[in-house]
Amino acid sequence: MHTRRDVFQAIADPTRREIINLIAYQSLNLNAIAENFNVSRPAISQHIKVLTECGLIIIKKQGRERYCEVRLQQLNEVSEWIERYRRLWDEQFEALDEVLEELKAREKKKKKRK
Amino acid sequence: MSKNKTTIVAEPGKQEAFIIREFEAPRELVYKAFTDPKLLPRWLGPCDMKTKIDVLEPGHGGRWRFIHTKDGHEFGFHGVCHEATAPERLIRTFEFEGLPERGHVVLETAIFEALPGDRTKVTIQSVFRSVQDRDGMIMSGMEKGVVESHEKLDELFEKELQLK
Repeated sequence: MHTRRDVFQAIADPTRREIINLIAYQSLNLNAIAENFNVSRPAISQHIKVLTECGLIIIKKQGRERYCEVRLQQLNEVSEWIERYRRLWDEQFEALDEVLEELKAREKKKKKRK
Repeated sequence: MSKNKTTIVAEPGKQEAFIIREFEAPRELVYKAFTDPKLLPRWLGPCDMKTKIDVLEPGHGGRWRFIHTKDGHEFGFHGVCHEATAPERLIRTFEFEGLPERGHVVLETAIFEALPGDRTKVTIQSVFRSVQDRDGMIMSGMEKGVVESHEKLDELFEKELQLK
């Protein structure tokens, strides 16, 4: 079992968050990942090691290449991640509430006129 | 703050996610707010972005394309309406144009349920091509709050350090 703090530590670093974002949609090998950053390859290697240790990514061997794949289930345990997505929708729906109040008021006026 | 809370259901390892919310308005109005090109830009999209309707063809088979703008950056989304049954159901495809490759399409179904007292429950189900796609989408909601979350993490670590 990994503790909660492990995952928090993993995502606390901006480079590591970027790595996760980068491979969220497609598995990449280490070189391909490193190309996207202005830091040394060993530094990226170290970040990937941390992410692997937290179970956020797994390394899959395909022939000679080793591909990094995201395992975000761990993050679902960190409700903060879903919470942010929830808040994004909450904001929109609060704006929608206002629109609906206006529509309701307009309907009332219409009815009065009849 | 509204008394109606948004619920997100995203079980680990599944390709789907649900967004659930109740509204203090009859469902004809809620459905209208979800489909009217004049009303949509007023609430759709993160509050720090502007939403523009590029295309919105009404009803079955209609194409749609929205653009969110922030600091001169444009984020496009598009898809096709599969079904528009007023006022109970909307089914459409959804694709974010900012992804590294095309084809990560989401199937979205919005169900509008009438509740007593002229209220409405909306359930949006999104089915993704893979678990990775879904988790990536949920994570993208995080982008916005990265700085804010960073501060929160700092606080959290502070607290943990103090406990030691």
